Amino acid sequence: MKQYALYPGCSLEKIAQSYRVSAIETSRAMGVELKEIDDWNCCGATAYFHVDELLSYTLVARNLAIAEKENLDFVAPCSACYKNAYFTKKYLNQDPELAEHINYALEEDNLHFTGNIAVKHLIEVFVQDLGVEQIRDKVSNPLEGLRVAPYYGCQIVRPRKDHEDVEEPQFFEDLISAMGAEPVDYPNKVRCCGGSLIITSRVAALSLVRVLLQSAVDSNAMVIATACPLCQVNLECYQEQVNQEFGTEYSIPILYFTQILGLSLGIPAKRLGIGTELVSTKEVLTYAQKKENDL
Amino acid sequence: MAKKPTFSKEIANLLYASHGNPIVSCIQCGTCSGTCPVAEYMDHSPRRLIAMINADLKEEVLESNTFWFCASCYHCTVRCPSGIDIAELMYAVKRYSIWKHQYKEGLVGPVFSETFVKTIFRSGRSYEPILAPSYIFSRGVRKMFEEAHTATNLMLKGRIPVLPSRIERIENLQRVIGRIIPTGGSS
Repeated sequence: MKQYALYPGCSLEKIAQSYRVSAIETSRAMGVELKEIDDWNCCGATAYFHVDELLSYTLVARNLAIAEKENLDFVAPCSACYKNAYFTKKYLNQDPELAEHINYALEEDNLHFTGNIAVKHLIEVFVQDLGVEQIRDKVSNPLEGLRVAPYYGCQIVRPRKDHEDVEEPQFFEDLISAMGAEPVDYPNKVRCCGGSLIITSRVAALSLVRVLLQSAVDSNAMVIATACPLCQVNLECYQEQVNQEFGTEYSIPILYFTQILGLSLGIPAKRLGIGTELVSTKEVLTYAQKKENDL
Repeated sequence: MAKKPTFSKEIANLLYASHGNPIVSCIQCGTCSGTCPVAEYMDHSPRRLIAMINADLKEEVLESNTFWFCASCYHCTVRCPSGIDIAELMYAVKRYSIWKHQYKEGLVGPVFSETFVKTIFRSGRSYEPILAPSYIFSRGVRKMFEEAHTATNLMLKGRIPVLPSRIERIENLQRVIGRIIPTGGSS
């Protein structure tokens, strides 16, 4: 079984625990084991970088160094954790003096960063390492007729890492098609959800969420799929506050891509953490259960 | 005696890890402002803020909410035709503002960031319920109730932790941090 070092990040401990369980379940179904990194610490999110850059790299480097001990590639399901890990590794590899300085600090925890493992977002494990074809082969319960809006958010595709398409990525759509569902084409799939602005600049953040919800609803999406706990919480848990603030009536479920993928792989909803949402997912589940009833 | 660096130089120096082009190469095209999803809530658009930094309008820049409203979505960064890493620039101005303890009154951003950093130092992980009180009271009673309502619903679904999470080797982590910045003696 192929193994990866899983860096869950703080959100997956509680508020996004359904992402964690569904990530582990769907990976296992695909023959992949996600091994949690021992005694990991917070990656600094965005707030830490507001205060001190060097310290932020040190926090991230500690997690990378722990994963290196196992010699497994580093996987983050959260887009912000992923971005921080990806670029910290890149900058430390490019700047030996920076790496040396941080390694001097890491000695206090008997760790050493060498930068010899790859850093991936969880969705890359599925669409790049496993590949859409292999996923399609494993789908036993195709979600025919389910219209899913792929929401990329920001930090999976931005900042640019290589020559990837930062304006019109397609891998999320391909993944949804592999599940037998219908990817919805809508204009704001890479627009920001506001991230932590929900805490610091509430009305601005709610208005960003509103734009995304409206655009998905206009395209007749039945559910929005996310690949980041921050996006999920903003779009789902603040839907009611958006409705109060703007007098709207949104009620669109927001699920992690691993939850929808899990349904298509025939994994029971409960084992995917479905049922802890604030917006009902009943309608989505009818598409997963249709097959069971037909049999 | 060495000449004191200008404000724009100071900000440029804070961008040492950014691989973007220097902010003086800004052509004032406004692509960043047109791209920014939060621009309408900012005192000055990103384009204007860059012009203000380049013009050394230090007080006006630090008094604005612009950089604190940046959500780090990097959309401006990937589109800037001059190759300036604008989102990283916003980070740099945030750091400068916290370092100088100079920011617009009533902003939640700086308080939140500082509380966040303290939380990580204490426990190694972030913990929403500790972070909440630092900013929630600044919002007025109605907003506070709305926030409490959302939190209660999440709690009922088992999505808010009752106890803070703490890493096992927290003392090691604190010593690691202590080798980077002064942390006020051993903890």
